[in-house]
Amino acid sequence: MQHTLGAFLRALRASDVRVSPAEAIDAARTAAAVGYADRQLFKDALCATLAKSADEVIRFDETFETFFTRDQITLPPPPEESIAQPQTESEQAAIADSALAQMLLQGDASAVAQAMEAAAERAGVAEIRLSTQRSRLTRRLLDEMGLAEIEQIIANARKLPELAGMAERLDAARKALAGEAQRYVERQHELYASGSGKALREEMLAKKALNADGGIDPVDLAMMQALVKRMAKRLADRYSRRRHTANRGHLDVRKTLRKSMAHGGVPFEIEWKIKKVDKPSIVAICDVSKSVAAAAQFLLTFLYSLNDVVDHLDAYAFSGRLIPVNAILDDNGVEGAILKVLQTIGFQQTDYGKALEDFCENHLAGVDRHTTVIFLGDGRSNFADPRLDLMHLIQQRARAVIWLNPEPVSYWGQGDSVMHRYERFTHVAKSCNTLGQLERIIEDVLRTYVPH
Amino acid sequence: MAAGIAANPFSSVDALVEGLGRVGYIASRRIATALYMAVHLQKPILVEGSAGVGKTELALSTARLLGHPLIRMQCYEGLDESKALYEWKYGKQLLYTQILKDRMGAALADAPDMDAAMDRLHGMGDLFFSEPFLEPRPLMQALRQDDGCVLLIDEIDKSDEAFEAFLLEVLSAYQVSVPELGVIVAKTPPLVFLTSNNVRDLGDALKRRCLHLHIPLPEASLEERIVATRVPGIEQSLTHQLVAFVQSLRTLDLRKAPSISETVDWARALILLHADSLEPAMVRDTLNVILKFEQDITAVEPQIVELLHRR
Repeated sequence: MQHTLGAFLRALRASDVRVSPAEAIDAARTAAAVGYADRQLFKDALCATLAKSADEVIRFDETFETFFTRDQITLPPPPEESIAQPQTESEQAAIADSALAQMLLQGDASAVAQAMEAAAERAGVAEIRLSTQRSRLTRRLLDEMGLAEIEQIIANARKLPELAGMAERLDAARKALAGEAQRYVERQHELYASGSGKALREEMLAKKALNADGGIDPVDLAMMQALVKRMAKRLADRYSRRRHTANRGHLDVRKTLRKSMAHGGVPFEIEWKIKKVDKPSIVAICDVSKSVAAAAQFLLTFLYSLNDVVDHLDAYAFSGRLIPVNAILDDNGVEGAILKVLQTIGFQQTDYGKALEDFCENHLAGVDRHTTVIFLGDGRSNFADPRLDLMHLIQQRARAVIWLNPEPVSYWGQGDSVMHRYERFTHVAKSCNTLGQLERIIEDVLRTYVPH
Repeated sequence: MAAGIAANPFSSVDALVEGLGRVGYIASRRIATALYMAVHLQKPILVEGSAGVGKTELALSTARLLGHPLIRMQCYEGLDESKALYEWKYGKQLLYTQILKDRMGAALADAPDMDAAMDRLHGMGDLFFSEPFLEPRPLMQALRQDDGCVLLIDEIDKSDEAFEAFLLEVLSAYQVSVPELGVIVAKTPPLVFLTSNNVRDLGDALKRRCLHLHIPLPEASLEERIVATRVPGIEQSLTHQLVAFVQSLRTLDLRKAPSISETVDWARALILLHADSLEPAMVRDTLNVILKFEQDITAVEPQIVELLHRR
């Protein structure tokens, strides 16, 4: 039973219920305390020990049902007359060395089911990882059960006329068995591999290049949006409750008295009651020209999902001219926003200098010493004046300037890229081309480049 | 058989369901199983669910069932050690130093030199940080109950992460460290309930140390039994109508769907008004008992007749 419990825990992990070794020990203690006799009790008790959120309870229920339910194996029933008359001697001789053949001919489903469980363990069916392994593992399972012998018996029996009837029956049973084995492997795949497939895919998507040729597949896009929101939620959870003590506010009498003990009751060290929540204020300026649009969309999704953590977010988009996009984001949601922005500003040639001019003329007041400015763009200015003086101005006013560039560092400064010249006026400039990198950079922003 | 069960409600899950029933808490099997495991594995139990499904009530009822005292700690933003665990009695400590100062001269007057005076000073018992000056707060009180108790840490999700981390020692080892005194270990570990409304996700470390119980909104039959237990003297037909109406309210898109406590309050209100069946006019007048938002009330009002006939 220890082994079964272990396999069950593995199935739980595969369906994204986190089971640590300590919880595995708890599960074993639980099983020992409630016993295996009462199915409902066993299930509820394990559920209380292992599932840690409402979501996990649902996944636990599903996995438990799939794991501990055994489909009834259906075999063709033995014909009436064979029950009435015992098997002929020649028939008995033909199947004497094969236990499986005897079970099949007698239609003994529970014995076959047991044999299948045992064979599955030998064949390592539970190690299944990929859907492509299914047919191979089905074959291995059948081999372990002794399919070769059955095929041998059928082939021999077909040669003898008096055994023809038995051969037909055995053949039908063999087909039924193959079907059952396939279903068994299918269920194991569902238990152990379907979840890991999704995890694998998400891992791939987090590493996928955002400016890949041909854009991002619409199927992937939905999944990546969900992934971004989850990443953002994770960060929001981590950073939303961070506080720091300010050095003014109401006097904290208790703490001050406590500290004064060391000085014989004289209050040398004064404690204040105020604690403030740290919230960065962010200005995001995104290039939305074709090469960068996808990355811009994800950056905006990310920042917008961080609502709880960010005190103030101003977003601007440009290709030729620069416009504020807060209103568009609020009206259209992040998914539709980029398209709407492109419709509004039109498909113009990217002009960084012009965009910076627009920004400094109209929106510079929004940048102060608490603001982190995040630029997203490839720094390709189509040989126009990059207006480094304005960049310098922004850098002087802002708390921090971060430049995210979807191109790899080796491309910076090649062709019309003025990335290296802009880089001098940033605190951090990083290549950011996948969701994984994006998450890391945003976390850095939250942790390091925010005011304290 | 009843006597045997009454002797130990924790002998089996069924006995526990019955025992909780006797103290007025109608528990589903899942709730009882979780509680049973909490007692037998000696682990804290984390209860989640929307407001008013009976999370706090479960702890109160368990305390009644066990006959143990209930120690309750309400969490809020900014809760810290000095309010949860212990505090020094500063006033008395100050007085103590004053007394010490006055007495010191007399006690050390006959010392021949400075070294002897220091030796004598070290020889005197240092009472400054000692148990008499300790003001125990809920957590410390719970650990010091030698006959066991039920500790309810209410709305843990409202506290800060730092406090959550601080709780880990209490929850896994049933002990706390007071820097000036050392480690204080509970003789009898208390039965700990933590409740959460999911204002924020709790840390994995905390979740790992607890059994998890999610209390959903109840099925109609269970809810009828709860109303019948909580509101004695209510007609069965009224209970049935009332619960059916509340259940159909929950299928609507409301800002705050009514939970069990609202159903019970409503039943009590109807009894006070001597209602014996649900009339649309009566429902309209008492709707503010079950719905807590103006928008919800205006959304439901035109549908009352339809909802009453839908079942």
